[in-house]
Amino acid sequence: MEPRIGTRNAKSMFFKGIIVFFAFLIALPLIIVLLYIVKQGITQVNWTFLTHTPAPVGEKGGGILNALLGSFILVMVAAVVAIPVGIAAGIYLSENPNTKLSYWAGLCVDILQAIPSIVVGIVVYFWLVKPLHTFSALSGSAALCLMMLPIVIRSTEQTLLLLPPSLKEAALSLGVPYHRVMLKVIIPCGFAGILSGITLSIARVIGETAPLLFTAFGSPFISASLTKPMESLPHVIFTYATSPYDDWHDLAWGASFILLVFVLTLNIVTKLLTRKWKIQL
Amino acid sequence: MENPIVRAENYNAYFGDNHVVKDVNISINRNEVIAVMGPSGCGKTTFLRGINRMHELIPGATSKGKILLDEQNVYDLNAIYVRYKIGMVFQRPNPFPNLSIYENVVAGYMLNGLKVSKADKDVIVERSLTSAALWNEVKDSLHKKGTFLSGGQQQRLCIARAIAMQPELILFDEPTSALDPISTSSVEQLFHELKANYTLIIVTHNMQQAARVSDRTAFFYMGELVEFDDTKQMFTAPKDQRTQNYITGRFS
Repeated sequence: MEPRIGTRNAKSMFFKGIIVFFAFLIALPLIIVLLYIVKQGITQVNWTFLTHTPAPVGEKGGGILNALLGSFILVMVAAVVAIPVGIAAGIYLSENPNTKLSYWAGLCVDILQAIPSIVVGIVVYFWLVKPLHTFSALSGSAALCLMMLPIVIRSTEQTLLLLPPSLKEAALSLGVPYHRVMLKVIIPCGFAGILSGITLSIARVIGETAPLLFTAFGSPFISASLTKPMESLPHVIFTYATSPYDDWHDLAWGASFILLVFVLTLNIVTKLLTRKWKIQL
Repeated sequence: MENPIVRAENYNAYFGDNHVVKDVNISINRNEVIAVMGPSGCGKTTFLRGINRMHELIPGATSKGKILLDEQNVYDLNAIYVRYKIGMVFQRPNPFPNLSIYENVVAGYMLNGLKVSKADKDVIVERSLTSAALWNEVKDSLHKKGTFLSGGQQQRLCIARAIAMQPELILFDEPTSALDPISTSSVEQLFHELKANYTLIIVTHNMQQAARVSDRTAFFYMGELVEFDDTKQMFTAPKDQRTQNYITGRFS
């Protein structure tokens, strides 16, 4: 029997059309949301907005400097702990896929990833805030750190699993001790992937509000103290957006816009860096 | 007579319960080219990896018996020291993708954290690449990544990397099986030149290659060392029936 080329081509075209249509359809809401935030937020952003703390209710002006600095400190402190711990755990999981420890550790990573962020916040509240009798930046960072860990661990593990075993053998056969093989060969070769995991985790937690509600809480002042409450971008958006004042709503849009710009920039920079540092195997 | 450089005494290797190298006794002299041949799964690669203790890196892999390097049992020495003293070239070229050609050659020094002056490194790089017959092709692009080279060039880079450590013994695990015929012949040519300064043990499943490059040939079958003799002798008048069957192509 002759294959019916015409019908087959038509079916192929139909199938292709459907996937293109849905690919476009999922991009559409994203684009609309982005455009809306940009439209609402960009008018709020000016020099005062970026360099001042919030004005009291009723006064014009004021900005989000305390939240910008707060978010920066909260995420940095979280990252300083999450990155080394996460990379180390990721290396262990990729190097020892069949041990009991890696089975349980892997399971814990998956569960940690699935825990709702607000639950992480509550847990840290009971662990740190209650015993210390105060909301603090430190407890906020601890909550963010818990959320970053699974992302850093899994991305490190997946990246290293993709490296060919022959690479490790090459180094070992030169009499290089194991720790130097990992530090000088395996991690540098997987660097692009590990880095993109790190920035992904930062982009993920910088917009987290829920875990900060019971931990870093918020503060109208500039503070660099880890033992005091600290403002953050998502928290400022939350407070301003739920307030009854119109000019505070505008500030919330402005802060949303800044957060969006930050996350987008982080993603684009990562893409460029990983492309530049990508190692051709 | 000088001591052999490598001697195996009742060497056995296992993967879990799987006995892959059985009671091997062999003695290899300095500046010889030894070919190790046999059908797939006969234990030839495992034996080779036993010599520089790479075998034990595979989970579940164990071994028994002795392998003596300069009359010292490698299993009494530190594994890292053994691997440092013995060069190895693998089946697939595996230059370090994060390092330049130059750095790849001195990788054994760099990765071990040994302090070597720039001038000394320059000498080592030129000498090793020249010995590996690669210098003329790469001398103008030493600071490009090693992975930009062709497969055959990469393999010669890996040979240069092994030579740079000035080992007395270099192990080759099917070094040309991933290469095209032209690259293969340039690597084989290299074996002849390396013989003057090094002892080479070459695992190959290519009989013609064994015949072309080696002084003596070891034939492994089902984990046993069946026959070990002068290459000419073995290819013209093998003593064991199994060797004859293999050489005449009755199984492969």
